[in-house]
Amino acid sequence: MNTRTLDYVLKRIGFSIMTVFVVLTFNFVLFRALPGSAVTDLSRVPNSTPALREALARQFGLADSKWQQYFIYLKQLLHGNLGVSYINGLPVWHNLTTDLSNTIPMVGLGTLLAIVFGIWSGVTSAWRWHRPADYLLTNTAIAFYSFPTQWLGLMLVMIFGRYLPTTGMNDPFAVGGSAWSHALDTFRHMILPAVAVALTLYGQYTLVVRSAVLEVLGEDFVLTARAKGIPARTILRRYVLRNALLPIVTLIALSIGYVVGGALLVETVFTWPGIGLAVYQSVLSRDYPMLQGAFLILTLSVVMLNLVADLLSLKLDPRVAE
Amino acid sequence: MTTTNHADTPVSTEERPRRGWLAKLVHHRKAGVVGAAILLVFVVLALGAHWFAPYSTINASGAVFAPPSGRHWLGTNDGGIDMVSLLIQGGRISMLVGFAAALVAAIPGALVGILSGYFGGWVDTVLMRITDFFLVIPVIPVMIAIAAVWGPSLFHLIIAIGVLLWTSTARVLRAQVKTLRERTFVRRTVNLGASRTRVLYRHILPHVAPLLIAQTVITMALAIFYETALAFLGLGDPTAVSWGTIIEDGFLRTAISTGAWWAIVPPGVCVALVVISAYLVGQSIEEALNPRLRVANVSPRSWKIRPLVGRGKDAL
Repeated sequence: MNTRTLDYVLKRIGFSIMTVFVVLTFNFVLFRALPGSAVTDLSRVPNSTPALREALARQFGLADSKWQQYFIYLKQLLHGNLGVSYINGLPVWHNLTTDLSNTIPMVGLGTLLAIVFGIWSGVTSAWRWHRPADYLLTNTAIAFYSFPTQWLGLMLVMIFGRYLPTTGMNDPFAVGGSAWSHALDTFRHMILPAVAVALTLYGQYTLVVRSAVLEVLGEDFVLTARAKGIPARTILRRYVLRNALLPIVTLIALSIGYVVGGALLVETVFTWPGIGLAVYQSVLSRDYPMLQGAFLILTLSVVMLNLVADLLSLKLDPRVAE
Repeated sequence: MTTTNHADTPVSTEERPRRGWLAKLVHHRKAGVVGAAILLVFVVLALGAHWFAPYSTINASGAVFAPPSGRHWLGTNDGGIDMVSLLIQGGRISMLVGFAAALVAAIPGALVGILSGYFGGWVDTVLMRITDFFLVIPVIPVMIAIAAVWGPSLFHLIIAIGVLLWTSTARVLRAQVKTLRERTFVRRTVNLGASRTRVLYRHILPHVAPLLIAQTVITMALAIFYETALAFLGLGDPTAVSWGTIIEDGFLRTAISTGAWWAIVPPGVCVALVVISAYLVGQSIEEALNPRLRVANVSPRSWKIRPLVGRGKDAL
């Protein structure tokens, strides 16, 4: 690792740390410090006596100055304390880790499907440039890219609801089965939400892959390869796709935020008990500690995944550092 | 929308009849014209919602979940309210939110893009760091947090969407301004002693304005998209009907298990139509402004060796 590469890595890590810090501060300011913010506004307690107000202020730590509150908040975060949910009285951290462990397999499967299908349809449409296959694939991609995520999910429910389960993660009446049948049941429940995630993402991926591949197809070395009589499949795999990988990785990384937003809507449609559904329910029940914690975890994971993508693109092409 | 044809119109426009101008526009920017036409239809419907909506959107005018018929072209919803009327009224709010949020986003987008492109140096570094930060932050959770803490209202929705969607405008404008700054006519003006403000106002701004319009049209599409998402999550204005709240109502009030597809399919199609047409219009404007965008894409795509001199018929 030469100095320039090291410099690049350190810069990216520094930027991520700064972003994390800004997110933490924003989280505090939005929920606590803004005038009329939902948590600090005690005037929302009707007919309260001064004594009750004071007790509430002490209980929620509102008596201290804003700066003190900010430092207490940071200190508690370092200890992994995100507060207690208003609804079930359990620590937010506990609730969210359970939710997150449900979200990751479903969204992971959906994203994987989207990447595989997006690369296939993007490469195919670039190879068949300005021919019927290209128009068909590109226009389908644009259409799926434009439909609202939740609407696509609802369409899946409407069309496939008869054949596959559409709510929750397990059949509530399937008690006492083996671990294998339990896993199979979870997988059956996972199919439709994962497909919904894939459908909302693959359009964008197709367009990105298509333009990246088209760019490489115009390079002189591809022409040379063709002149040498190398079969098309080999050209695509060895010469084109390898070189197109960098913009693809970058753009997929940038779409992670979009994945998170899409997962939120999909989980709401399919009542998949993940972090997105937790956000939806805490919005409905005004469970601010949960909302704050979920927001924090979602943003932080996006920042982290972006850092990973940055380092991955460095690995793919060391010239990035220059 | 008329800006689309500038780059294409040859010098000899004056000799041609007016009809040729329009025909040329339609011929060269088919996608853009189609997009503009669809958008125009939606805008007219939204502006004249009171005249176009056949029934009331508050009082029932038919049976609950009545299927499409001669009287109700798209049937009725769970309250017996005519779907066509709801869609027209909903389009009004969705387009309003989209338009207003795009305007809100255009201001920081233009400022950041032009300033960092024109001044460069540390101004550029600082502004681009801030833009990077906004690019990394996931949009929907932030919007949810803002809308949930401030409470549901159209105004909050517009601000929450607008303050997050300016990054791509800023980046596109920055790139354009950077190349403009090095163009001969700008450097000459500077050498003739024009002040920075004058260069910015007289020479840079007019050149990036159409690009800003293109970006704003695209942002409008995105904003409509996000409005439906927030409305679906129960963060829309409860007093206003929008395409987002129509989808939400269909979901919450069991339109699906009733089999009432007409209560849920049309709003999604409307959103997609507006989003696609806005993209088409925005893209056409950008392509018209930057003909190189097309040529650069064409030469590799068509599997031909690039011509040594010239383009098109007279290429060598």
